[in-house]
Amino acid sequence: MTDFRIVEEPEILEGSPTPITPASKRLTRGQLVRRRFFRNRGAVVGLIIIGLLVFLALFGGYVLPWRFDQRDTGAYYKPPSVRHWFGTTQAGFDVLAMTIRGLGKSLVIGFLVAIIQTTMAALIGSSAAYIGGWYEKAWLWVIDLMLVLPSFFLIAIVSRGGPRGSYAWLLLVVLLAAFGWQLSARVVRSLSMSVKEREYVAAARFMGLSTPRLLVRHIVPNIASMLIVDVCLGVGYAILGEAGLSYFGYGVQAPDTSLGTLISEGALSTTIAPWIFLAPASLLVLLVMCVNALGDGLRDALDPTSISGGQA
Amino acid sequence: MTATAPFRNTRQTAAGDVVLSVHDLHVTFPSEAGPVRAVRGLSFDLKAGETMAIVGESGSGKSVTSLAIMGLHPRTARITGSVTLHGKELLGLTDAEMSEIRGEDLAMIFQDPLSALTPVYTVGDQIVEAIQTHHSISRSKAWQRAVELLDLVGIPNPDLRVKSFPHEFSGGMRQRAMIAQAIANDPDVIIADEPTTALDVTIQAQVLEVLKTAQRETGAAVIMITHDLGVVAGMSDRVTVMYAGRPVEQGSVDDIFYAPRMPYTIGLLGAVPRLDATNKEPLATLKGNPPSVVNLPPGCPFVPRCPLAHSGCREREPELETVGPDHVAACWENERIRTDSLTSADIFPTQVLAPVEKAVVEKVDQEVVLSLENMKKHYPLMKGAVLRRRVGTVYAVDGIDLTLHRGETLGLVGESGCGKSTTLLEILNLHAPTEGRIVVFGNDTASLKRADKKRMRRDLQVVFQDPMASLDPRMPIFDIIAEPLGVHGWSKEKTEARVMELLKTVGLEEGHANRYPQAFSGGQRQRVGIARALALEPELIVLDEPVSALDVSIQAGVINLLEELKQRLNLSYLFVAHDLAVIRHIADRVAVMYLGKIVEIGSVEEVYNRPSHPYTQALLSAIPIPDPTTERSRTRILLRGDLPSPANPPSGCKFRTRCPLFEGLTAEQRTPCLEAMPPLVTAPAGEPVALESSGVPQRVTTTVPEGGVETDHVVACYYARPVKVL
Repeated sequence: MTDFRIVEEPEILEGSPTPITPASKRLTRGQLVRRRFFRNRGAVVGLIIIGLLVFLALFGGYVLPWRFDQRDTGAYYKPPSVRHWFGTTQAGFDVLAMTIRGLGKSLVIGFLVAIIQTTMAALIGSSAAYIGGWYEKAWLWVIDLMLVLPSFFLIAIVSRGGPRGSYAWLLLVVLLAAFGWQLSARVVRSLSMSVKEREYVAAARFMGLSTPRLLVRHIVPNIASMLIVDVCLGVGYAILGEAGLSYFGYGVQAPDTSLGTLISEGALSTTIAPWIFLAPASLLVLLVMCVNALGDGLRDALDPTSISGGQA
Repeated sequence: MTATAPFRNTRQTAAGDVVLSVHDLHVTFPSEAGPVRAVRGLSFDLKAGETMAIVGESGSGKSVTSLAIMGLHPRTARITGSVTLHGKELLGLTDAEMSEIRGEDLAMIFQDPLSALTPVYTVGDQIVEAIQTHHSISRSKAWQRAVELLDLVGIPNPDLRVKSFPHEFSGGMRQRAMIAQAIANDPDVIIADEPTTALDVTIQAQVLEVLKTAQRETGAAVIMITHDLGVVAGMSDRVTVMYAGRPVEQGSVDDIFYAPRMPYTIGLLGAVPRLDATNKEPLATLKGNPPSVVNLPPGCPFVPRCPLAHSGCREREPELETVGPDHVAACWENERIRTDSLTSADIFPTQVLAPVEKAVVEKVDQEVVLSLENMKKHYPLMKGAVLRRRVGTVYAVDGIDLTLHRGETLGLVGESGCGKSTTLLEILNLHAPTEGRIVVFGNDTASLKRADKKRMRRDLQVVFQDPMASLDPRMPIFDIIAEPLGVHGWSKEKTEARVMELLKTVGLEEGHANRYPQAFSGGQRQRVGIARALALEPELIVLDEPVSALDVSIQAGVINLLEELKQRLNLSYLFVAHDLAVIRHIADRVAVMYLGKIVEIGSVEEVYNRPSHPYTQALLSAIPIPDPTTERSRTRILLRGDLPSPANPPSGCKFRTRCPLFEGLTAEQRTPCLEAMPPLVTAPAGEPVALESSGVPQRVTTTVPEGGVETDHVVACYYARPVKVL
């Protein structure tokens, strides 16, 4: 097969802004996506801030003057000062220390829940659409059934009866994810229905690709834009969902804390002590904004048709 | 026609005078990348009753021209120049003023008849609306005229069908209804924008005939926008060839086809595979793609693709220069083209392939790579949402036999809906069909296990029609081509080397591997599709209309590539196409399908020179040939109506409802046709008779050939006889 000559001169690419250098190195798909991602300033900034937040959540507790469960009996409801940078709560806890502690918990819960539920939605939705038949019908029944169940109460009841201790929040993650994927799965299914009719899916099937590989290589990437948006929204929803449960005493329990717990606690006293509310709330806003910027960047990097991704 | 009389007694412009005059028309659109100069300096005069064709590849500015004349261009477009109708300037008129003219003096026929008719109104309502907008006549009178118009354009039972909704019409009938609507007010100029591109060839022949009738009845001038040079040759009096927004050659249809003076025109004519070509030489290929009309460099835009280009061409763009009576061309070298009488073969040299000695007899002894034995594929027709019940059967493929040998190309042709694609999918699925057997490389698909299937997929590959849809847009070219290698467990290093080799094989660069499919033109994408099919060194490639989505100049390159690869790698092709000219160029044998049955099969020379089934004859006669003299002297067999639904096929011979031969038979002679589908028998010998000669058809006396149907020219018709169509 080496004696081929070039059949005709290579065609000239129309409208390509950068001429192709024939000697350019070949990059793998991963390298290409990475390169396209790092061209997007906003996404990179988002990624850096999220990295900083994670760093803060991991190691912040060791450098701060106060620990989150340490009471300052001399300072109840104190506004920000040199002693307590972000002020103190009614019980005399340091707001900064609590916010950092809560951030860690919320980051873990938010990202875990969002990633787990979107992964479930992607796998179940796309496989239901692709395989069809009874498999699809069964999943649709499950989805519809779970959508009508009052998830809040179920989570509340189950987490009440669940194990206690410092890892009890893991059960919360599982429950939040288990009740969060259904709507997305339906959307994924309908999007996959149109993708599976494309010729490249037929081409892959005729190549001998197995069904799981076909789903992961061809169908899921082509609905990636929707999935990324879903993860971004999911992070915010999970953090707030956890806050709601915590407020009623089901989620993260004192003395442990989370951003949601802090916000709901601070919201009660916004008029007299706004600092309790402001610190965790602004951190949450910052976090969600960064996640969205990161998501936009990822979407553009994965989607070759987007202009902002640049040419690659 | 009497019906037109109430509307127009005298024409504003007498026959032979200029009715529409376009002078120095420029259309520019703003865009992010810079101004898009879609049309640059188009001028022409259209005489009453004349047909002018505007030819060009996609992006050459043809459609923008028509929209600018009609005043239907987007608001952002900047238009300069002049467009005069009956001596009255149209540019600069308000939309309200243009509405007075549109539909009354100027009418338009669009490419896609489904989206050009409003789905919620009946066809009659829409024609009545077109009439009443411009004439205050009673609704009943307008309705009556609508019926007359539908009758004129050949819609059966017009008084009933006038109440039908567009979705109840087939594609061809919708296009007829569009024509009826366009001529409702007896316009002076009809602009037809690719009116038959979306239709099958037999329907295209019908619609073109209707268009000719409509023009004859109304005396309107027609601007025919098309990329099909065959249609141009048959329909038009004058031709304008456009390239990159500029007219590059204008002249009478004979001048353009027989004495072209611009290399682009010459290349375009050389690139079309011809139905009547007897030698199988490689087609002329114009390398490269039409340029983008944003930021055009100075000089002739055709320079990068023109072998005659010299430094002068790069500096200044040639103006249209008079090269003969009523013939202008824009080329610095037009004088040299005339004196040296350069043809496409001289200007666009193609590699002559080393002839590979392959006798037909030898082929039969060769290994059979694919055979279908009485293959049937039926789909159940279901009804109901909760309790689904079977209400019928779609006979998509209804018992076909095919054999494909190593190194052979078998063409499969037929109208859309005849079961060609179903046949391909059945082969590719490697499942057992509804009935019969599919044997691929000696293995019956019914007995294949999963591992066997995977092994066989290595040798059986596919190239799809739409090169954009068949490449995953999210994957770089390298991953697309490497995918089949990965499935079959190639190592990373071997894959890398193989992909680079494949890119070279199909004429792409190694540097292209990093790019995504959307960065490529249609022709290049199709090359990627071919590279992917070749990756595992297959023996059999199934091609589903691989060139029908490509522009003429690009198509030729892909056809040549396929041909070269076949000879070098000893591949077998199962080539599905609706374009019989392409099949003639590339195939060794051809099978004609109609409603799930093969009606004629044989070597290309036999089937094209001595077509014996009336359907094959009709198909061949329906295809326009890019040669005006031939086109003028040809007689067409026009089939009536559309393909019947495969869910409810006619009894007996499936073709009898549209068969021109059947119509001429006596009741007694018709009996066998009504009773059973005729078997495939050896085509009757004898010289082909002329198309016009009628004579009493004789019952075929030949029988099924000894060696099976793959050895011979066989035909499924009780009254088959060879006819000279080409």
